[in-house]
Amino acid sequence: MNIHEILSSPAAAAEREGPSNKIVWSSRVRLARNLANTPFPGWAKKSVRVETFKHIRDNVLQVESMKESFDTGMDKLTTLDKQILVERHFISREHAAKNTGSGLVLSQDESISVMINEEDHLRMQALLPGLQISNAWTAIDQFDTQLEHGLDFAYSKKRGYLTACPTNLGTGIRVSAMLHLPGLVLSEQVNQIIQAVNKLGLAVRGLYGEGTEALGNVFQVSNQMTLGETESDIVERLNKVLLQIVDHEENARVKLMESKPKMVYNHIGRAYGILANAHSISSKETMNLLSLLRLGMDMELFAGTSQALINELIIITQPAHLQKANDGKLSAEKRDLLRADLLRERLKGVDRPVVPDTKTLEDSQNQAESE
Amino acid sequence: MLCDICKEKEATVHLTQMVEGKTKKIDLCESCSKAKGVDDPAGFSLADLLLGLGASQEMEEADTANTKCPQCGFSQADFKKTGRLGCPECYEHFEEGVEGLLKTMHKGTRHTGKAPAVWQQTKDYVDQMHELQTLLDKAIAKEDYEKAAELRDKIANLKTEYAAAAKTP
Ligand SMILES: [Zn+2]
Ligand SMILES: [Zn+2]
Repeated sequence: MNIHEILSSPAAAAEREGPSNKIVWSSRVRLARNLANTPFPGWAKKSVRVETFKHIRDNVLQVESMKESFDTGMDKLTTLDKQILVERHFISREHAAKNTGSGLVLSQDESISVMINEEDHLRMQALLPGLQISNAWTAIDQFDTQLEHGLDFAYSKKRGYLTACPTNLGTGIRVSAMLHLPGLVLSEQVNQIIQAVNKLGLAVRGLYGEGTEALGNVFQVSNQMTLGETESDIVERLNKVLLQIVDHEENARVKLMESKPKMVYNHIGRAYGILANAHSISSKETMNLLSLLRLGMDMELFAGTSQALINELIIITQPAHLQKANDGKLSAEKRDLLRADLLRERLKGVDRPVVPDTKTLEDSQNQAESE
Repeated sequence: MLCDICKEKEATVHLTQMVEGKTKKIDLCESCSKAKGVDDPAGFSLADLLLGLGASQEMEEADTANTKCPQCGFSQADFKKTGRLGCPECYEHFEEGVEGLLKTMHKGTRHTGKAPAVWQQTKDYVDQMHELQTLLDKAIAKEDYEKAAELRDKIANLKTEYAAAAKTP
């Protein structure tokens, strides 16, 4: 089985559009569910896991919208294929480490994926481009209801849906969005925003990179609490917060262009220079510079180039995608060379950024400074 | 600064998050942060970490502390090790400890959201039954026997309907 023949091409995946997708790159709603009278995957014997996996998979495939879906056991995938699925956000890294007795079902349009026997028996998610968390909730809510016909979920009137970890108890819902916030980062306001969002009981973290760093100025905002509130309360609250963050990011960009246009153009121009001319580049640097290139595209400095190109480059320059395209495992050094080759090639047709007359810019900047 | 989990290696990953208005700070070494999935935005939850760092004492102080779940054999010590429970029944068995634990991590301790359709039907049925019964009691108290007869019919109908609905899958 070749996973590239099953998944949509990175180019096609990059074409998907949604509302406010300049700033909100994607929206996701995930539900955790377990079967009644069955030990959770982490505590179940292998034979039980294998049995529940089959039972769940067969039921998932019965749902109308999943008829043409792709399904696999995790033991049937290579390490590289699993990593590709992680890079596409279809499975968690935890799930990528699973083998016999765990699996994945992915709908044909890739909007719905079901991890079977991850931490819970089912982790189902709807993933949509742009700001669409309400739509994502509706989609996964319907899907969940359809599954009830064949699956008896562990539920108690008092505690709601019972999950392996008490942190997911009740609704089992995790609502999240991926946000691109270069304006707030460049104007050094992002920490303030993160703190304000944390105070509302929501988590903010970098989406790429290790620990707390946010590579490529990409952040994920999500709810932490799942019990004591309805799903729609959680979805609405997150939606409200996301709209506010979008406003703040837009304002930050406008203000930056008023007060420090040269600083912004300098970042974007240098990013273009390096990405289009480097002969060796790490995935970390690539991600950070692609973020600036994307900002330049949002600002229409690259006439005739679409944001889909940047989306695609973000996907294909990640380690697993790069290795898959080059037939197998590569050392980090070799990957950096190939990544640079790929970027030079793909950015050949992109002219360097055209910025407005710099003389007037300097004037406006001097003016701003003297104010 | 040493890692909060292994207490051996130097902490390089520092996390601060607000939980219920309180700032919680956690310092981890590279390998523990990886093991806990801190670098995996889809999997990581600060509450998970807190579980491993003392929040589970709520469970230890409960009367069920030294017992095992009759359904799956899971014990409190297992919970402390993994931060996960063994089976759905564990919530019932460790009820007392769980209640305290949930208070530290959620908005409330009672579920108010979606229910599977079978449960929703039951809930609707119980609610309607309760309402009709109240009306019936009132009618009887007012000696309005015509109204009472009408309500008795309604209750009988509701019972048959519910029994029929419960039979179809
Ligand atoms: Zn450690
Ligand atoms: Zn149990």
